Amino acid sequence: MIKPKTLFVGAIALLLFGFFLAVLIQTAERESQSSGKATHPEALVRMHAPALGRPDAQVTIVEFIDPACGTCAALYPAVKEILAQHPDQLRLVLRYAPFHPGVDQVIALVEAARRQDRLWPALEVLLATQERWTPNHRPDVEQARRVLAGIGLDMVRLAADAADPAIAALIAQDAADARLLGVEKTPEFFVNGRPLPSFGLKQLQMLVAEELARR
Amino acid sequence: MRTKMNTLTDNPPSAAWLLLFLAWLVAATATLSALFLGEIVGLPICSMCWYQRIVMFPLAIILPIGLFPDLDRRLIRAGLALAVPGLLLALYHQGIVSGIVPERIQPCRQGVPCSETVVSWFGFVTIPLLSIVAFTTLVVLLGAALYRSRS
Repeated sequence: MIKPKTLFVGAIALLLFGFFLAVLIQTAERESQSSGKATHPEALVRMHAPALGRPDAQVTIVEFIDPACGTCAALYPAVKEILAQHPDQLRLVLRYAPFHPGVDQVIALVEAARRQDRLWPALEVLLATQERWTPNHRPDVEQARRVLAGIGLDMVRLAADAADPAIAALIAQDAADARLLGVEKTPEFFVNGRPLPSFGLKQLQMLVAEELARR
Repeated sequence: MRTKMNTLTDNPPSAAWLLLFLAWLVAATATLSALFLGEIVGLPICSMCWYQRIVMFPLAIILPIGLFPDLDRRLIRAGLALAVPGLLLALYHQGIVSGIVPERIQPCRQGVPCSETVVSWFGFVTIPLLSIVAFTTLVVLLGAALYRSRS
C-alpha cells in the first residue's frame, strides 16, 4: 500500500504538472491565434483614422485606444517616446476602442477638437487628467469638457461638432473594426499589421525594433 | 521506528483518510481549473462565480491540514461548512442560467451577467454545471469521511 505522504505529494506534483501543461498549450494556441489576428488588413487603417508621423513611414503602429482606459494613459508617454526615437521611420495611427460605457461621447469631443486642428493636444490633456473626468471608470462628459476648455478650444463650436452624426459614424466604424480584429482589451497595438505576442511595453518595443530592422 | 507516535503517515491510510484525500483532490482540481479558465484563458468571471470561488479555494488549502500528520475530523467538518454553502450557491447559479430563478432577483446586473453561458463543452457541460458536480462530490466525500471516521 502506498504511503499517504507519497500519495499526497504525488497528487500535488501531478496537479501542478497538468496545470502548467494546460498553460503551455493555451499560450501556444493563443500565439498561433494572434498571428492570425490581423487577417483583415482593410480594418486596420482607415482613411479617417488620425495619424502622427510621415505617411510613407517604414513602420506603422496602429493603436486601439480607449481614452478612459488607465493602461492606455499610462503607456501613452512611452509610445510617444518610441515615436520620438525614430521620427522619420515611425507612424502612429490612432483607432478608438470605446470600451468604457459612455466614453464614445468623450471621443466625440476629441474628434470635434480635430476640426479645430487640436486633436492630439485634446487627447493628450484628456489622458493626462484621466482621473478627473473618469472617476471610478465612469467617463463624465461634462468633466471632460471642462478639461478641454483649458486648452483654448472654441467650446461652442466643439459642442456643435461633437454632435455631428459623421463623428458618431466614425467611432462606430472603429468599434466595428476593433471587434473584427479581435481587439478585446486596450491598448492593443499592431506593428505593421502584427499584433503583440503578449501584452507589454517591452513586447511593443521589440516588435518595433524587429520591423525597423527589416529593410 | 516511532511505534508509539504511530501516525497515519507510516501506515496504510484508512477509508476516511482516503475519502478526505479524494475531497481535497476534487477541490484542488476545481481551484486550478477555475484559475486556469479565469487567468489564462481569460474568461469573464461573474459575481456568482466569485462567491463559489470564495468557498472552493479555501477547501484546497485547508483540507490537507486534516490529512497530516493524522486524520483530523475537525477539518472534515470545516470542509462541509464550506462545501454545503458552495453547493447551494452552485444550484442557485444554475437556476439563474436555466431561468428557474426569476430575473427580478438576479444578483448581477452590471459586468458579466451570471445568466450568460460563456462555455458549453459537448453541448451541455457548462461551468455552473461543473461547479454543481464538484460541490456535490465534495459534500458526498466529506459526509462519508465524517461518517467513516466516527469513533
